This record gives sequence, C-alpha cells and structure tokens, in this order.
Amino acid sequence: MNEIGLGHYLTLSAIIFSIGVIGIFLNRKNIIIILMSIELILLSVNINLVSFSIYLQDLVGQIFTMFILTVAAAEAAVGLAIIVIYYKNKGSIQVEHIKNLKG
Amino acid sequence: MEYLVVFLPLLSSFISGFLGNKIGSRNCSIIASFLILTSAILSLIIFYNVFNNNYVANHLIFKWISSGSFIVNWSIYIDSLTAVMLVVISLISSLIHFYSIGYMSHDPHKERFMSYLSLFTFSMLVLVTADNFLQLFFGWEGVGLCSYLLIGFWYKKPSANAAAIKAFLVNRVGDFGLAIGIFLIFLFYGSVNYNEVFLQTSLLTNKTISFLGAEINLITLICVMLFIGAMGKSAQIFLHTWLPDAMEGPTPVSALIHAATMVTAGVFLVVRCSPIFEFSSTALNIVTIIGMTTAFFAGTIAVVQTDIKKIIAYSTCSQLGYMFFAAGVGAYHVAMFHLFTHAFFKALLFLGSGCVIHSFKDEQDIRLMGGVWKRIPFTYILMIIGTLALTGFPFLSGYYSKDAIIEFAYLRGSNIGYAAAFIGIITALLTAIYSWRLIFLTFHGKYNNKDIKISSVHESPLIMLLPATILAVGAVFSGLLFKEMFIGSNSNEFWNNSILFLHSPFHDHPPTWLLALTPAIVILAIPISYYLFVINKKIVAKLVIKNMSLHKFLINKWYFDELYNFIFVNPIKNAGTFLWKKFDILIIDRFGPDGLSRLIKFFSDKAVIFQSGYLYHYAFVMLVGFSIILTYLILIK
Repeated sequence: MNEIGLGHYLTLSAIIFSIGVIGIFLNRKNIIIILMSIELILLSVNINLVSFSIYLQDLVGQIFTMFILTVAAAEAAVGLAIIVIYYKNKGSIQVEHIKNLKG
Repeated sequence: MEYLVVFLPLLSSFISGFLGNKIGSRNCSIIASFLILTSAILSLIIFYNVFNNNYVANHLIFKWISSGSFIVNWSIYIDSLTAVMLVVISLISSLIHFYSIGYMSHDPHKERFMSYLSLFTFSMLVLVTADNFLQLFFGWEGVGLCSYLLIGFWYKKPSANAAAIKAFLVNRVGDFGLAIGIFLIFLFYGSVNYNEVFLQTSLLTNKTISFLGAEINLITLICVMLFIGAMGKSAQIFLHTWLPDAMEGPTPVSALIHAATMVTAGVFLVVRCSPIFEFSSTALNIVTIIGMTTAFFAGTIAVVQTDIKKIIAYSTCSQLGYMFFAAGVGAYHVAMFHLFTHAFFKALLFLGSGCVIHSFKDEQDIRLMGGVWKRIPFTYILMIIGTLALTGFPFLSGYYSKDAIIEFAYLRGSNIGYAAAFIGIITALLTAIYSWRLIFLTFHGKYNNKDIKISSVHESPLIMLLPATILAVGAVFSGLLFKEMFIGSNSNEFWNNSILFLHSPFHDHPPTWLLALTPAIVILAIPISYYLFVINKKIVAKLVIKNMSLHKFLINKWYFDELYNFIFVNPIKNAGTFLWKKFDILIIDRFGPDGLSRLIKFFSDKAVIFQSGYLYHYAFVMLVGFSIILTYLILIK
C-alpha cells in the first residue's frame, strides 16, 4: 500500500472541483444546487491549500483556509437569503425560469 | 432732465416686463403711461429751451468703445433736430400708451404689450439722441426689433408671424446698406462721431473709390448706402413691401411705429446727415426720384385697397415719399416739418380707424361698413379732422407742410424739382381721393355688414377717444403754430446749424397759381368723391370693369410681392428645400449620425444573442474564458 501523499489530495480536490463545475452546468432544476456546487468548488480549493500547506511546511495556507471558510459561510448565508427573497417575489426558484437578464 | 427723458421709457419697459405679473396688468399699464407722459412733458421743456435759448448740449452717459483712435460714446445729444424728434416721439408715444389701455382691454397680455411699446420708445429716443453713427445703429436695430415683436404680438395668428418675419427680413436689407455706409464712413473719416464726420466732409468731396468694379465718388456712395438704410426703415419703393403687412399688429402699434415715429427714422437719418448729402447732388437726385416714385406709387395703390388699415399704411408710405423728395430737393427743414405734422394727423387717423375697428368688433374691410356716422359721431369727427389734415385742406396742418414741399420743389428750379412738384400735386389729388373714399365707404352710404347689427355698433370708451382728441388738436393747429418757426424766413435761427444748407433755401414767393392749385384740387376732390362713392357708385364700378387689368395691377400692389417671391423668395426656398432633402438627409445624415447608429444597432443585435439569461450559460462562458486565459499564460511562460 502506498502512503497517501500529495498526489491523492490533489486528485480528490480536482474531482470535487469537476463535480462542482459539472453541477453548475448540468443542473437545470434548482438554484440551491448551483449554490451547493459553488460551495464544492470552494472546498476543493481549500483542500488544495491545506495539502500544499502541509507539503511545504508552511502554516499560512491553513490560516488562509480558515479565512475562506468563514467568508464562505457568510457568503452562503447571503446567497440563501437572496434565494428566499427571490422565491417570495417570483414564487419559483427553478433555474430555467430565472432568465431576467435575457437581452 | 435729458437722462430722464430717455431712461423713463426703459424703466417703464422693465416695470411692465418683469414686474407686470406682481402689480397687475391694469396698474402696470397706468404706471407705464404716466412714466412716458412724464418723459413727454420733459421733452416739451427741452423743446422750449431749444426754441428760446438755442440750447445745444451733449450729455455723456459713458464711454462705450475706446480702441485706439476709435472712440464711441453713449451720449444724449440735444439740438434742434433732436428736440423736434423728442417731442414727436414721446408725446405721441404717451398718448398711444393711454389709448392702448382702452384698445387692449380685452387682451390677456397687456403687460407684454406695454413693455414692448415702452422699449420701442426707449430705442427710438436712443436713435435720435445719438451723437455718433454707432449709437444710431443701436437704436435703429432696437426699433426694428420692437417692430418685429409688436407686429407679431398676436403670435397665435400665422399671418401676424409671417408679417413680422417679413418686416424683419426686409429691414435687414436696408440695414445692410446702412452698415456698409457706416463702415465706409469709418474707413475714410476715421471716426463715426457726427461732429468729426461732418467737419471733414467738405475735404473729401473729390475722392473716388472703386466699388463693384466702378469708380464712384466716395460721398455719393456713402449717401446712397445710408439712403438704402433709410429706404428700408421708411418703406420706400422696392423695400416697402413690409409696411402694409405690418398692419397685422395691433392698431396702436400701427399708429406709433408704422405711422408716426419709426418709419420716419429714415427721414431723420437723411436730414441728420444733410452735411454729407449736401455734397452729393447725385445722391440727392436719387433721394428725390425714389421719394416721388414712392409718393405716387403708394397713392395709386391706396385708391383701390379695401382694408381700412392698409389704405392708411399706403398713405403713410406715400407721405414718407413726400418727406424724402423734400429732403432730396434740399428742403430738409420742410421734410422735418412734414414729419412733425404727419406724426399728428397720421397717428390720429390710425387711432380713429382703431376706434372704428373696435366699434365693428375687429372688422377691417371698409366694404362691410357704411352709414354709421350717426352711431359713432365722435369717431367720425376725429376721422374727418385727420382726413382734412392729411389731404391738406386749407389752414390745417397738412396744408402748410405739404404745400410747402411742393413749393420748395418748384422753386428749386431744376428739371427734377419741377417733376417732383408735378408728382406732388398729382399725389395730393390721389391722397384726397383715397382718403375721402375711406371716409365715405366707412361712414356714409348703406350699412353693409350682415354679421353685426347696426344697433350694436357703439362709440369707443373715453380712454381711447381722449388721446385721439388731443392728436386732433395737434393735427389742426400744429401747422399754423409752428410754420413760422420750422420753415419761415427766420427758420435758420431755430435749426441753429443742425441742418446744413449749401444753397440757402429760397424764401421768395412761388407763383400764385401754384399756391392756389393744390388747395383747389383738394377741396374739389371732396364733392367729387362724395358723388363717386356715395351717390353714384355705378361710375366707379363701370370704370373698374373698363380698366380691369389696371385695377388688377393696383389691387395686387403693382405685383411687387409676386415679383419678389419669384426673384428672391422662391429660389431661396427651393435651394433650401434641395439642400435639406438631398444634401442634409441623404448625405450628411445617412453617413453621419444615422449611419453610425445603424452600425451600432447591427452589432448589438448580434451581441444580444449571447445574453440568454440562463445562469449556467454565463457560468460556462466564464469558465471557458478562464481556461483560455490560463492556458495562454501557461503556454507563454
């Protein structure tokens, strides 16, 4: 058995990142899923940061991750709040119904 | 005192113009009228001073332009000539301000009217009190502006707007000549102040300059250019077409601007510049010929017109012709005398016709009047007095001034003088015919109006009749009282060098037959006109049918409007339409702003396809873009 090294972490992070991206594109149903996908992309970046931090023996990466998590929590709260308000106004959060920006 | 005379009208204009809303239209009319009346009283005092003490003064207001040797002042220059004009302008203006209170009583814009009227008075006073050509030009343009504003006073009437624009444009032609005259004066004299210019003129009499390829005497050219300006303002033939149309304005305006004061500015200019004109006999002959042509031509048109105000307008034109040929034969003082008396009786006629129009509820066609002299006896008497004075009935004002013009023209002794005297007598006959035709058709005969009951024709209010009565007094006595002073054998003392006579005017007596001829014609014309226009109208009707083409020629005012439309107006209009339709729209707009906006619209229509509105499309584009940039950066490094 090989030891779990940097490569594994990076692969995991790449997989999570791809899931997030694909989640944004393929999802036609619910806007909350888009929010979740963005959250996934963010987490994959965090994994990258932490693994490199350990690999390089540098604590800054982990401190940075803590900041990102905090900000992400706040951002998620704001995003959810927007969705709640949007639902109250429009009565739907179906992705295909949200096209106010159409030119 | 001189300052008050000039600036009270300006104050009055400001009060009615800017404060009219606050103090109410009735109050501001009254304030304006009394301010102008004060100005009139003060100018009478000045006139008395000038008459008794030979008062001459130049009051500096401030230096206007001072650029090297070119120095122009704002000033108030008082001499005999100015004093006469001051009295005419401010006196008649004040009477007409009072008259307007009555005449405009149903108009919603009285403040505006009073403001314009006062502003006009101010501009006219500035014009006559100038001591240099530039200030004169300022006043000249000021009165032109006020004339434009007042002709178009009823701006909702398209015909009034058209008339206002016409007056303005035709006057521009004249002003162009005047401006060139002033430029020439500055170029060759190095100054535009009267004193310096008039002193130098005798030194420049032999100078010639080339103008439009011809060698012309400088003085003659200057005089002709100044006279073109005078022709425009005074509605002489070729530039007269605006005056009849200007009757679209309210009647008090016609009385003040288009009869008594503004149109006489041209005569004033010629008389003021007598020290220049005297040195050019060619220019004087041109003035005489234009003057007598106008006198005759306007008289013939007036005979067939049917609009009460247009008849009087053509009559004004004709009388201005008299003034010009008087100036042309060197009798400047007689021209001024006729200007003075004419102001009274012509303003009276206009105010009288205003009363008639008022009584007939804005009807102006004399064929739709008649037989009402018993209903409006006071107006009738006023009109009769005005007509008698205009035609030159013995011992009324017109008799003294008009006969003096004919006599002086005759005494001049040259061919052109005899011709002028002859035309003068013929025109006097025409004047009598059209004036009495106006009276008889308006007041005598059958009542012809089907729309207005004769019982509803009523006398005008006192506020209108009173100023007209004062003018009537002037029309009767101004000739008798001022004859000796203006044109008598000692008149040189009164004029006191404000007019230059190279050949001192003749004071010997003309032949008796000439003295008797004009009054005889004028008196005889009354019963003849009564017979023709009241008792036996068939003769006139037959005459019209027999001379149909002549009648048509006169009714269409010698086809001047048609000619000008053909020569100037239509080609310019067509060229304008061509440039607008073909050049502006098809070339400039097409490739300029319109083309650019169409181009932008084309591209944005393409770009709008990207804006699907779906979130995931945006995210996808973002990601693709991000990857491309990333790849690019990696490959570069």
